[in-house]
Amino acid sequence: MPLLDALPLAASESNLLAARELMAFTLAFHIILSCLGVALPAIILTANWLGLKRGDGEAMRLAQRWSKAMGVTFAVGAVTGTVLSFEFGLLWPQFMERFGGAFGVAFAVEGLFFFTEAIFLAIYIYGWKRLSGWAHFWSGVPMVITGIGGAFAVVTANSWMNQPQGFALDAAGKVVETEPLKILFNPAWSYEVPHMILAAYMVAGFLVASIYAVGMLRGRRDRLHRLGMLIPLTIALIATPIQIFVGDTAAREVADHQPAKFAAMECIQKTGGHQTEYVGGICTSDGVKAAIPIPDLDSFLVGFSAGTEVTGLEDIPADERPPADTLLHLSFDAMVGIGTALLALAVWLAFAWWRRRDIPRTPWFLRAVAVSGVGAIVALWAGWIVTEVGRQPWIVQGFMRTSEAVTEAEGIWFAFAGVLILYAGLGTGAVLVLRAMSRRWRAEEEDAGDSEVPYGPPEAAAR
Amino acid sequence: MSRADLAAAILWTGATLYALFGGADFGGGVWDLIAGDAQKGERPRARIQRSLTPVWEANHVWLIFILVVLWTAFPKAFGAIMSTLYVPIALAAVGIVLRGAGFAFRKSIQRLELRRAMGAAFAVSSVLTPFFMGTVVGAIAAGHVPAGGNGEAFSSWLQPLPLLTGALFVASGAYLAAIFLVADSRRAGDGEMEGYFARRALWASGVAGAFALAGIFALHSEARYIFDRLTAEGLSLVIVSALCGLSVMALLLRGARRGLRPLAAGAVITVIWGWGVAQFPYLLPTSLRIDQAAAPGPTLDAVLIVFVSAAIVVLPALGLLYWLSQRELLGE
Repeated sequence: MPLLDALPLAASESNLLAARELMAFTLAFHIILSCLGVALPAIILTANWLGLKRGDGEAMRLAQRWSKAMGVTFAVGAVTGTVLSFEFGLLWPQFMERFGGAFGVAFAVEGLFFFTEAIFLAIYIYGWKRLSGWAHFWSGVPMVITGIGGAFAVVTANSWMNQPQGFALDAAGKVVETEPLKILFNPAWSYEVPHMILAAYMVAGFLVASIYAVGMLRGRRDRLHRLGMLIPLTIALIATPIQIFVGDTAAREVADHQPAKFAAMECIQKTGGHQTEYVGGICTSDGVKAAIPIPDLDSFLVGFSAGTEVTGLEDIPADERPPADTLLHLSFDAMVGIGTALLALAVWLAFAWWRRRDIPRTPWFLRAVAVSGVGAIVALWAGWIVTEVGRQPWIVQGFMRTSEAVTEAEGIWFAFAGVLILYAGLGTGAVLVLRAMSRRWRAEEEDAGDSEVPYGPPEAAAR
Repeated sequence: MSRADLAAAILWTGATLYALFGGADFGGGVWDLIAGDAQKGERPRARIQRSLTPVWEANHVWLIFILVVLWTAFPKAFGAIMSTLYVPIALAAVGIVLRGAGFAFRKSIQRLELRRAMGAAFAVSSVLTPFFMGTVVGAIAAGHVPAGGNGEAFSSWLQPLPLLTGALFVASGAYLAAIFLVADSRRAGDGEMEGYFARRALWASGVAGAFALAGIFALHSEARYIFDRLTAEGLSLVIVSALCGLSVMALLLRGARRGLRPLAAGAVITVIWGWGVAQFPYLLPTSLRIDQAAAPGPTLDAVLIVFVSAAIVVLPALGLLYWLSQRELLGE
């Protein structure tokens, strides 16, 4: 659709659309890998810790395998992250030129965390053979801390774009004064950052668990698969209820501080109290069609009373309204809907565990876990669509329009096509490599004949 | 020294470390590319793979560091460079993707033909990526990037000096890699590979030296400002660089190994700082000075703080990684 749209557009508008599509695509690709970079270390170290503490060879084997898989995803994430750094300048040179001196500080901090993570990740991944068990375990702990620190720094850069502060402009619009701490701790960081870190733990946890759930559905019901599902699943399921709480708070903050985004994602046309919450549907200028209406709920969710006034799009100047209302509305609903479904999954497992110390017996539970990974990724994407498309037409809310930021370079659509091909290869390659690794591990197990595993990293690696 | 100058020094430090370590990783790919068929190239490729595997990602982060310091401390220069040299920069980005993915995938894939394809992606992009990065640096030095940005998309870098700088980047990476691989092979007790890479190091030092020499002539005609300062303020660095390079060649010819790595690194470091001294006080010679391009003071302070923190946290960690890697305590 975008390609067809491009033809009748003026050159600059076409460039803007192409640059936005390219940025969105590369971000959507990279963010899955960043989630793994942020949250996989904690999942791996949990298995590693269980292995060391309880002498559990299977937990140890999982930790070792996951760390090998992380080696692949981290490498892909490192290059796709580099592409994004380039794209900041290649696609949005005016944005970086005007505001790099302000919000760039967040990326400088991120660089520090990412660097440290890359170093300890290398030590951990390649240290299985020769480092002693606990020394090796502790070499992995900095990854967990730097993963969270890096997520803070990157997401705070984004939250600064949503609620910018900490700088002064001169008459020509040039940044002349900055306050780095105010930039780093802008008002939106306090809900965006925890929301994303929890999302990373959910995506990584559900994704790894879903792989093992698929294995169990295919009849591989050994302890390795059970443990391989339960460790990440437990971590993700602990994150889920906290996420619902954080997300609920975030929505209220958006309603208070980014009213245009909120009005668009809830498709509120007229300002006032007693706003109906619409679930699903198509957003039009006369309100939501074909949706499930719940009277007063929207106002109640925003201010805990049915009379709470919520700003409608009518009060936002026409040239400052976010585009694609239906996309925004449905994205928001998808995120909330999937989050709620994952919460139900958590309750289900917790109940079964409380009753029988076991996972629910029905294969429907495994089927639910098997789709939870993809579900979590879709929710993640939907959330970022709300944040980013909901801020349009601004790149820096209230200060710079995305159309002012975009490059004048030609051929962005061709670059986009090239990147699609390149990333298709990259994604396919990554999946093929991970599958080949998994097949190899399975073959090794069959060769070994039984599931007896020697304890500890040195022996485990020597097998 | 002003804060902006200090930030520029940080940028140059990052560039130096990237050239030394990231450059050597690209150089490893160059040797991988020309190591011959699967049988002939098996041992050198295995040596290259062992040396690169634990460190290349950490080394790669210096590039991110350079980009981030550039856009934070000197946003105006970043915008100008990106909106002018987007063609070679985009090509370098593609090369980075293919190099990283090719290398990471190659060792995990079993099927020979796929392995070969991945290896080719890694090796070919190990040549192309530093080449395009070099053209970017050469175009900046030659003054083809206007301060306001949106310069010529092609003629800004398709010029003798940028192309020669690209070739110099590839050659000096290969040169460093060969020297480092000599030391790695020696430590592993692999005399055959030690000789193999020592021979190549000698060739590479000659080629890199020739490109550097040719570069000076290109500077004379294309970037007179830099040439004049390089032969005045920067002359001592040029001489040290030449001496380091000649000593490396002499050592290699005598079969000596001691001091190879510091001397080879010295030859590269002095070129980078010679370039820095030569284009001072300009970031984009001769249209944008460091102080004109700089971000507001508090931002520069933040960059300095981050750099000092990096020196405290990252450098020891990096040292630990190299130490473990050199003692062969890290492996698949």
